[in-house]
Amino acid sequence: MSYRKDMIWLAFFFGVLMFAPMLLPNNYYLTILILGCLHAMNAVGLCLLVGHAGQISLGHAGFYGLGAYTSAYLSTTVGLSVGLSMLSGVALTVVVSILVGLPSLKLKGHYLAMATLGFGIILSILFNETVDITGGPSGFVGIPRLSLFGWELSKDVTLYRAVAVMLCLFVWLSFNLLHSRVGRALRALHTSERAAEAMGVDIARYKLLVFVLSAAFSGIAGVLYAHYLTFIAPSSFGFMFSVEMIVMVVLGGMLSVPGAIVGAFFVTVLPEFLRAFENIEILLFGAILVLCMMFLPDGMAGGWNKLWAWGKARLSGAAHG
Amino acid sequence: MDPSSLLQYLITGLTLGSTYGLTALGFTIIFNTTGVINFAQGEFVMLGGMMSVYFMHALGLGEPSAVVLAVLGATMAGALVERLAIRPVRDCPTINLIIITIGVSILIRGLAMLLWGKDTHVLEPFSGNQPIMFLGAAIMPQAIWVLAISLFLLAALKLFFSGTIHGKAMLACSFDSKAASLVGIGVQRMVLLSFMISAFVGAVGGVILAPITMTSYDVGIMLGLKGFAACILGGLGNPFGAAAGGLILGVLESMGAGFVSSAYKDALAFVILLILLFVKPSGLFGPKDSKRV
Repeated sequence: MSYRKDMIWLAFFFGVLMFAPMLLPNNYYLTILILGCLHAMNAVGLCLLVGHAGQISLGHAGFYGLGAYTSAYLSTTVGLSVGLSMLSGVALTVVVSILVGLPSLKLKGHYLAMATLGFGIILSILFNETVDITGGPSGFVGIPRLSLFGWELSKDVTLYRAVAVMLCLFVWLSFNLLHSRVGRALRALHTSERAAEAMGVDIARYKLLVFVLSAAFSGIAGVLYAHYLTFIAPSSFGFMFSVEMIVMVVLGGMLSVPGAIVGAFFVTVLPEFLRAFENIEILLFGAILVLCMMFLPDGMAGGWNKLWAWGKARLSGAAHG
Repeated sequence: MDPSSLLQYLITGLTLGSTYGLTALGFTIIFNTTGVINFAQGEFVMLGGMMSVYFMHALGLGEPSAVVLAVLGATMAGALVERLAIRPVRDCPTINLIIITIGVSILIRGLAMLLWGKDTHVLEPFSGNQPIMFLGAAIMPQAIWVLAISLFLLAALKLFFSGTIHGKAMLACSFDSKAASLVGIGVQRMVLLSFMISAFVGAVGGVILAPITMTSYDVGIMLGLKGFAACILGGLGNPFGAAAGGLILGVLESMGAGFVSSAYKDALAFVILLILLFVKPSGLFGPKDSKRV
């Protein structure tokens, strides 16, 4: 897609996000919308990393949790201000992602998947076992609500708007990145690392850059998550959530940032709809996942493009016929 | 540390590790014919244990026949997964197939939860609970079963791959599936076969492990992860490496639990795994990276 089209899409998306709360009957839907936005932040970061740079990560739930727990600990136990705790949470996520990324990104394919997976599991064990700091499996309670510049966002709608603006900011940043020299470098190293290197692309630097960026997105999402729900538990940041993030990206269509966002909302909303079926909820979730992947191999973005082309052909056919 | 407890941990580790090794072998067999990491592998292990329990209680079968039925059932499940979810979309990119196996694993886990509940179940050890003392270490008879059956299975697989026409055909697919189909090998049949063998091997691992660690509908996640870790550790695609990787992981875990802390045993195993990966990026017994542009 051209840069112009991307920007038009972003403006449209921003409008939808801003108007959405007016159409919702109650606060429960707002909660899902906020969670959807947070998941979408994760998915956008992973779309850059997995889709564009071709580097898989099965450990991003760890970054999500690291941001959430750091900020929760600093603001609740240590007593720092919420703003400062959030900044520190994101900073720690960035530092850890650099430390993990430096050795891990030398690995390729399934080995990289394993290294990030191992990292995610180590973090998830730490969240569970360091009971003094994290509260262990029963969770961390009493985290203060999100506040900006000493002004607490007590109403869910205000908090939602802040989260939505943040998400759009990430999308804008990603579009700009993808349409720049960095974006071209990422595509080059995805196609062939050696060829890219031979052309003078510093592949280690670009890989690390996009890894850290995606980790930062996840860290920020985690920080917001902690100060929105005011309660976090390690089960939200386990291996399954890392897998779910990848599912969002692939379901949306790998290379498409809008696709990743739609995938994220789909994976967030689907279980809520399926809740009506109680016991077979998880069964249906698995089945829908399999069927989507079987019948929409290029994800939702690919399906949309096909539909668009089909509709166009029909229209022009009608005009000529 | 005294030598007898060291021996004790070593035996526990080898016992656990050989089931990880079997799971890892399952991963390797499917990976070699399809290039797909089958995330439903852990569920085959779970099915082995859970179906044994189910057949014993619901059908009133004796343990041996229940176990055999369970392993056959899991093998059929493997065949079904290939026919219904993998074969119709075999031309899709690998990442799509991997996501499909994730979906399948959620589906199987959901089915198991629905059918058999969320409780933890116990399978009786195959031959009693009386530990055998050996150089100051207590060995459970089940541990001997686990080691013996794993060894037997390894030997049988080795024979299958090097001595039978089907095994050789599968090996050919793993080297180059296009060339294999050119010389008349039914690549799709081999893929089906690889899913069945993987499910079979996984289920056997699940059955022999169930009396030691107990079983429930969700044991597949962690066992699958350990199996994947084992094949990466050994070098993906190398069956010998997978088995060895499983043993190493099991021993690391049990030493970690014994000498450091049982809460952090998995974390410790993964830390060592990461360090090993950073030092040897293609696994301990993996091929040298020599890809051409």
